[in-house]
Parts: sequence; C-alpha cells; structure tokens
Amino acid sequence: MASKKPDKEMIHIHVMGKTYEVPAGLTIMDAMEYAGYRFTRGAGCRSGFCGACSTVYRHEGDYRLQFALACQETAQDGMYLVQLPFTPAPRAEYDIEKINPKENVLLQYYPEIARCVSCNTCTKACPQDIQVMDYIQAALRGDIAKTAELSFDCIQCGLCSMRCPADIKHYHMAQMARRIYGRYMSPVPQHLEDRLQEIAEGKFDAELDRLVSMSRKELEEAYAARVREEAPAESEKSE
Amino acid sequence: MSKKELIGGYPAYMRKSIEKVAATRSKRLKEGPPSPMSPEEREAILERNHPDYKPSGKRKLAIGPSAGELVPHEVADIIESHPVIDPRSIDLTKVDYDVDVLVIGGGGAGTVAAIFAHDEGIPTDRILIVTKLRHGDCNSIMAQGGIQAADRPQDSPVMHYLDVMGGGHYANKPELVRALVSDAPGIIHWHEDMGVMYDKVDGEYMEAHGGGTSRMRMHSAKDYTGKETFNTIRDQARNLNIPVLEFFPAVEILLDKQGHAAGAVVYNIETEEYRIIRAKATVLATGGFGRIHIQGFPTTNHYGATADGLVMAYRAGANIIDMDSVQYHPTGVAFPAAILGQLATEKLRNQGATPVNVDGEEFVFPLEPRDVESAAFIEECWVKNKGIETPSGIRGVWLDTPMIDAIHGKGTLKKALAAMWTMWHRHDIDITVDPALVYPTLHYQNGGVEIDANGYTRVPGLFAGGECEGGVHGKNRLMGNSQLDYNVFGRRAGISAGQWAKKAKVDGLSLQHAIDYEQALEKAGIDTDRKAPIILPDYRPESVHERTLGHLL
Repeated sequence: MASKKPDKEMIHIHVMGKTYEVPAGLTIMDAMEYAGYRFTRGAGCRSGFCGACSTVYRHEGDYRLQFALACQETAQDGMYLVQLPFTPAPRAEYDIEKINPKENVLLQYYPEIARCVSCNTCTKACPQDIQVMDYIQAALRGDIAKTAELSFDCIQCGLCSMRCPADIKHYHMAQMARRIYGRYMSPVPQHLEDRLQEIAEGKFDAELDRLVSMSRKELEEAYAARVREEAPAESEKSE
Repeated sequence: MSKKELIGGYPAYMRKSIEKVAATRSKRLKEGPPSPMSPEEREAILERNHPDYKPSGKRKLAIGPSAGELVPHEVADIIESHPVIDPRSIDLTKVDYDVDVLVIGGGGAGTVAAIFAHDEGIPTDRILIVTKLRHGDCNSIMAQGGIQAADRPQDSPVMHYLDVMGGGHYANKPELVRALVSDAPGIIHWHEDMGVMYDKVDGEYMEAHGGGTSRMRMHSAKDYTGKETFNTIRDQARNLNIPVLEFFPAVEILLDKQGHAAGAVVYNIETEEYRIIRAKATVLATGGFGRIHIQGFPTTNHYGATADGLVMAYRAGANIIDMDSVQYHPTGVAFPAAILGQLATEKLRNQGATPVNVDGEEFVFPLEPRDVESAAFIEECWVKNKGIETPSGIRGVWLDTPMIDAIHGKGTLKKALAAMWTMWHRHDIDITVDPALVYPTLHYQNGGVEIDANGYTRVPGLFAGGECEGGVHGKNRLMGNSQLDYNVFGRRAGISAGQWAKKAKVDGLSLQHAIDYEQALEKAGIDTDRKAPIILPDYRPESVHERTLGHLL
C-alpha cells in the first residue's frame, strides 16, 4: 500500500524456486506481494493471531528448515520460502457440558499423545515460542491446568502437528484442555451470577426506560455528571 | 532495513528522544497523567484534527436506499459499483445448496449466529456458513484488550449505557445500546459455560478501564481476548457440526419474488465457478471495511475486511447508518515499517502506559475515547511538531510501555500482554525497556447496515450482526464493545433468523434487484468500470500490474 514505503536497500528471496528482488524491511507476506503474488490462501488476519500464513523457509547454505508466520517475520536476503496451506487434522468431538473432567480425559479423547517420543520437534516448529512438548507431557501427566497455561498463546497454525513424527494433534488437544480448565477449574465469580439475577428481575428496567427516552441535552448532562472510578494504580500514584 | 544501524531495534537517531522519555518517567509516574478533557475540549480537538471531520474525505451517495447520505469516498466507490456477476446470465434454476439459515461470514458474529439459530431449533444440517477465507480468518480473533460487561456491584448496565452513548456522540440508536449493555453479563456467562479462560485473580475477574469508561468492566484473556473467546466459540460450532464452506465468498444476495432475502450467489475462489444457495433466512456477518484503506490509512483489519456485505445488502435494498464515521485506533504500530498499522492494544494504556511526545512529555489523558485520543496524537505530530519521525517519513508518538512494570511490578507486561511483547520482540524491540512508537490506524467501521434490536434489517428475511451492522456505536465505538457487539447481535440475529426460517417460504429466486441497480447507476450518470464486492484487496505493485497478462489458463 502507498503508505508503506520500504527502504531503498534491495534483497533477493526465492519463492517456490523463483528468485525475486524485493525491498528490505518488508514482512515475508508483503515481500511476496511486492514480487507479484496475490494471496487467496495463506493469508488471514495479517497480524499474527489467526495462524493462516505458516511459512517454511531455509537460509542459503543452511541445511535446517525454519518456521514462521509470513505476516510477522521480516524477509531476509537469501531466504528459500514455501507457503503451507492449512493441513487437515482430526479433532475429537465432545460435549463440554457432559464430559467428565477427570485427570485422564485428554488421553481418553486424544490417545495418540501417548506416542510422544519427546523429540521436541513441535516446540522448535512453533512460531509462538510455546513449549509445545512440555504441554503434551503435562497432558500425559493429567495436569490440565498446566496444559491450558502453557498452550494459552497457541494460534492453531498447525505447524507442530505437521512436523510431529508421532502424528499428535497438539493444537486441537490444547484447545480442549483450555476449555475444560475454563469450564471446570475456574469458577464463575458470584457477582456475575448476582448481576444476571438482577437483570432477570428487571432491576435496571425503569432506569434504562428513562435513559432510552432522554433528550440529547438530558443525556449530555447525565454523561457529564458521571464520576470515573479510580483504578488502583491511579490511586497509588495520587497518594 | 540493515540491522547495523539499529540499537535495541530502533534507529540510532531515535535514541536521544528515548532517553528523554526514560528521564521523565519517574516524575510522570509520581504526578500521574493529564486530566481528561471536558466535552467542549473533546469536540474542539476532533474538529481540528480527526480525519472524519475533513469534508473533502466524503461525498453523498447518488443512488440506493441511503441516497444523500455522506460517506467516505472509498465507501461510495464500492457502493457505486457494478456487480461482479452478470445478473442476467446466472442460472437460478439449479440450486446447489438448499438450507433454512445461510450465514454469510465465518467470523465472530457469523459463528455465534449459527450456534443460536441451531439453539432456536434449526437442525445443523439446515444451517450453512459461507466465508471467503477460512472459518476464523476475521477481526474477532485479533481483538486484544477485552470485552465490556457491567457485572460488578459498583457498576451497572445503566452506567455502561451512558458511557456508550457519550462515546458515540449520542448518535447511537438507544434500543440497540440497551440490548448491548443488558445482554453483556449473560454473554460473559455463556463464554464461561463454554470454557473461555478469562483473567481472574483469587477467583475474581481482573476488570480494567477502557477509553471513555466510568467503571472498570473490561474482561480480558491476557491480550489474546479475541483469540481465546473466538476459538472457544468456533470449537463449540465444530462440536455441533455446523457446516462451513471456506474460500466461498458470497458475491450477491438473492431475493425471492416477494422481495425477501432468499440466499446468495457464492464464488469458489479456486475453480472460479459460482454456486446458488437458497435459504429461508439469511444472516449478514461480513465484518468491516479496513482493507479499503479510508484516506490511505494502514489498518489493523484482517485481509478480507472489504465491506462486501455492505455492498450486497445495499443492492438488495437495505439502508446504511453512521457510515460517515470511521474509527482510527490511536495506537497502531508506527515503527518498524514491517508491522506498520498493526494493533497495539488499548490494554497497554489501561495497564498504565501513557503517550508521550519527542521530549518525553505527556500531552493527553491516556484513556480518552478513541476518536479523541487519535485526534490528540495527530495534533501532537503534525500541528505541534512534537512527534518522532521514522525512516519512512511517518510520524508517531511514544507509548511509554515500561511504565506498566514500574506500576504493577516486573514481569507484568510480559505475562499480561504476551502478544504485544512478542510482536515487537520479533523485531528486536523490548517494550519493557523502551517505549513503542505508535500512530492512529484504521480500525473499525462504526456504522453499517441499519438493524433493529433483534437484528432485522429493512429487507425481510435478511438479518445482520457484528461490524457490518450499524447503529450500536453511533459515531465512535468504545474499546471492548466490538467483542460484545458480535456476541450480542450475532446471537440476536441468529435467533431471529431461526424464528423467521421456521415460518418462511421462498417464492422463486431473483437477481432483478442487481439488474435494477445497474440501471440506477446508468440513470445517475455514474460511468465507471468499478466492480464490487472486491472480496480481497490487491497489494501487488504497479510494476506488476503494468505487465500482467491476466488469467491465461
């Protein structure tokens, strides 16, 4: 786009076997567009949250494969790039209301986690720097809370599962672990239940009726009369 | 950029200003930020600096249900466009999918609508979601800071209502705001039932302020709130086996002989064929317009945010509301250029980071409503010349992120704002040590297709929820109300569509409205080869376009 002015310095990237000259300082995704690619797959949120743009690359002269999100990683001179389409992975079907959140529940729905050979390939493939193998091990131990915590930043790009020699579907299992934790191990605060009760009883109806029928001037006055609640950090500062 | 010129991720010349920011930090921490502006001061700074207040940026729509409404040129351009299909050559006799409820859009609002249409009694195999990219390539998944719900004893839906109306400059439709604030606690409870991991400490929510809130009611899941909530909702839809057609954008809404919405023409991105979907009720959940880059601004939005639903619904007879206002999020990334315009969540400010200028001085209350905060940044950079210029000629202000750990203790930022830390860390910037450079970025479509409190549009059988609809936020949305909007109005639209589908009968399929629209364009003297919906933006440079041979195979 016009407002994204790249630096003048140019670099070379290799996209699926073809070499292109592109400005330095662009993300892999922007660099490929500069080269003439128009994405219909492999591009989603373009901000590192959706996991659509998994990219595998290798540097010239290096034998190792590296992994990144094309929308987040800066293109570097000599990168050999391949965009990976999202690959299918089976996920277990379950009813969050009916499952029994006992320790072996993850193993029950995803028995293949027991095949983990602790090779850590999943962790190395993760563009979010998640300790993927550690949460698989936590899941094997029945530690749902740890699995949920360690996997929290997962964007479900699927690179871990594509690389896993044991065909584990890490990200689907981790999603289930987080839902079990959220549903069964992190109770709903009482004040939320109380508020729902108040709404059901119509506690705010009269006041809302009044607000809805207010003139603009009356609303402006009511708005100006609000007193802003001080955040704890703010009151510390003003002391 | 070559790495050797950078120190801690920033060009060496910026270091002098960064030192000034560090030098004033302890004083600023002690004294607190500037006071909030009065309503008069807010209006004045908006008038002076906000892009919405520039008359040259807009024009009146010449045709259609909202002819005469002022909208940005970029919006007028896609609305005053020809259909991408030739409506006369589409074969409507062969129906490829026949369903009760068609949901156009696979983001937050669409997924919620599908779940609640099912809840209303529509079998899942009679529901279909179509989406241009994957299920979940959407803005909902990118929301960072949080979702508002007035659930603490010292708060109430009444206070939430006032905050929303004032933030929206009182242009909001009252019955929509009432629905938004009244449903909010129930939405949080629904999320809890599905297992969303909201931030809690000692069993209580960690609730914070957002710009323009009078009570702390922002519920968060670190700075991955959108991802955590949306992924849970999508997981639920998958457990229910709700069918989804991916890479199948809708390109025109179908009406029946009575003028009721009756499905859509969809397009297979790979094979380039069209398919006909007949539906008893149609839900529009197509999101916003960031990727049409109003006034050339970069955007936080996902790749498919091209306002397709707005274009299609308008041709089918739906009117639009509040499309003259655009939300620029004050803190888009201004440096490094690689991630220009991506979002720096408002949560950074609600956790204590404050905006400071080139000399390390604070110049605005950090949590004004977004339009006011953005206007203040623009003024600081381009009127007072106190911004910091980047190597690519953009100006920005510092967001003093190291204040977060200074207030809440070391390690807070990295834990509570993991996505933010990672985003800059990928470019060698440590925002716990140095401030971040930010500037307003195109963020949200405040208006859209007008709905009533139950998600009905003016076209019978067409419902809408989420960013594509308008009236909820008036002229400016507050932080944490978009997550809420897609849940509240996605749900309401889904329930209404389910109820409608149980009674509706589709009487023939028609594209006459698209033919009529072509004629209206001609009659108004709009001579253009523009076509819409545009489906995806095209970021290939001119040098490529000049030499393209098009589709030869």
